[in-house]
Amino acid sequence: MSNASKQPDWKTPTAIAIPKEGYFTLEHGRYGPIYPRTPACHGFTIIAKIKAGTEADIRAYGTTIEKAIEGSPDALAPLKLHYLRWVLFDIGPDKYFMYQGIFDTDFDKYTEDAIQLFKATGVTTVFEKLEGFPMDWRTNAPAFIKFVREHQCPSFLEYGEYPYVTAAEIKKALALKDAFSTMLDQMQ
Amino acid sequence: MLELDDIQHFLLMRPRALAARYGFLSFRKPDEGRAWLAGIIDRVGRGRAEAAGDHTDARWVTVAFTYNGLRALGVDEASLATFPDEFRQGMAARAAIIGDTGANHPDHWVGGLASPDLHAIVILFARDVAERERSVHEHQKYAAQFPGVEALSILDLEATPPLDYAHDHFGYRDRMSQPEIEGMGVIPTPGSGAPLKPGEFFLGYPDEGGDPPPLPQPEILSRNGSFLAYRRMEEHVGRFRDFLRQNGNTPEEQELVAAKLMGRWRSGAPLVLAPTKDDPSLAADPQRNNDFDYGRMDPHGYAVPLGAHIRRMNPRDTAPNMNRRRMIRRGGTYGPPLPEGVPDDGVERGLAAFVGCASLIRQFEFAQNVWVNDPNFHELKNERDPFVGMHDGSYDMTIPKRPIRKKITGLPAFCTTKGGAYFFLPGIRALKFLAAGAREA
Repeated sequence: MSNASKQPDWKTPTAIAIPKEGYFTLEHGRYGPIYPRTPACHGFTIIAKIKAGTEADIRAYGTTIEKAIEGSPDALAPLKLHYLRWVLFDIGPDKYFMYQGIFDTDFDKYTEDAIQLFKATGVTTVFEKLEGFPMDWRTNAPAFIKFVREHQCPSFLEYGEYPYVTAAEIKKALALKDAFSTMLDQMQ
Repeated sequence: MLELDDIQHFLLMRPRALAARYGFLSFRKPDEGRAWLAGIIDRVGRGRAEAAGDHTDARWVTVAFTYNGLRALGVDEASLATFPDEFRQGMAARAAIIGDTGANHPDHWVGGLASPDLHAIVILFARDVAERERSVHEHQKYAAQFPGVEALSILDLEATPPLDYAHDHFGYRDRMSQPEIEGMGVIPTPGSGAPLKPGEFFLGYPDEGGDPPPLPQPEILSRNGSFLAYRRMEEHVGRFRDFLRQNGNTPEEQELVAAKLMGRWRSGAPLVLAPTKDDPSLAADPQRNNDFDYGRMDPHGYAVPLGAHIRRMNPRDTAPNMNRRRMIRRGGTYGPPLPEGVPDDGVERGLAAFVGCASLIRQFEFAQNVWVNDPNFHELKNERDPFVGMHDGSYDMTIPKRPIRKKITGLPAFCTTKGGAYFFLPGIRALKFLAAGAREA
């Protein structure tokens, strides 16, 4: 039996409860434990305290990144993303930053590419506002990766309405729908 | 500028060698290890001599050390701790990450390569077998003075005939695509990309990411050094030929299947430029035989399947940050060739090669972990590199074709890892530092 045939059906909504450590069995990737692909794809949730007085700067970067993607829509393509969410929130008197990404690649595999892209799009400039972030990150990838892994909070439940479907598959399906619509238009 | 007087020649130049011996050493007595090293340093090939094109040399010596070897020679713990984690752990400990599982697991490795007693490798490349035997004899006389330096194993290599071009036991032409290093004055062949910053291969130089990364300490030990990943891969020639016969009715069809697995005809002609018929003259022309891309010329893989070996090991324009993933390959074939039409004799034959880079985790391990063994590379879902991927009969190979693709299911393992190790390849000053007991001489 091929390994691919073990994949569940996209039509059956699926939820998975995840153990506290974030994985079911310990499997090492290059930089540490590998987190599993779930019905809601791969992903991370990085939570870190921001340096005092940097909230306005971080918020301002929202616009910077909006413009960067507008100018170069494929900039993040190598990460095979579905969604990124950036959130600022309070815990007592402190302000925290949450960076949540949903994507189709195992983060361990493409860590260096992600750092390269973070650099190119200015995401790292926001990271510099986080407490404990290694300021020599430009030349010290292992320190950057260690920070990300130390601040990763694994989910304990993930749910997919159309489980395990990749962004590429969704885009192909929509392109096919467009092509059929065009074909039907041409038949009128 | 590259310090060519200090960098070992190994990754800088490719001398014309038809024979080689790898000696895997253990330093049972550290002082004898240091004394052995002190006496051999002058024989080690330097970049300067090779760059000057000194063609009178007939043999080339290289020395490199495992993490345990550096410790055995007296490098202190504080210094050892500054080396990258993956080098400190060693290849055997990283087996699951790079795909050495099942029959490839270090439990099955030969030559003592998975042992913590492996401390060093001496690599001898020689112009021919006679020169190798002469050099080996000379070294044996020298090494006899140091009974505390034990040879765990040796491996002899010889080029596989016909000798007019380099190829492996399966018959594929080798050495078609190698990165060039900025500052060496070599113009890359068309399609090979611009020369890369030296820091991609040698410690202490700017790399493709910008400034040099932090050096392991002390600097005298690490500067001008590189890391080597050694791989001894058995090639199952009989199984490979059986597979071609099962998947092609005529010799022409079998050749096409062989070409689809590799991405090049066995002659070396690239499928992107010669998609339906072999072209040996194209294969032999370095101005043309590497001059192609995938994104523009073959986006769907109708010429080179998305999972073919060369498309995985060098995705060219279809992978981000390619310049941060390039590696320099050295090595050759071992074991007797298996003549055509002869059943497999069970004798081990294969490739014993080194991958040279500045970062094992970013370059070698990335290639193994993602390009070679990720079943979902290029959204393929259930495939691995047909040659160097870990195979147990459960993976497939898709060959795009109009109107309907061809899918070969249950690809057999054409290769098995028989051993491997991570080595640090120091510069000449660093060799002297090690020979002096990890002290500045």
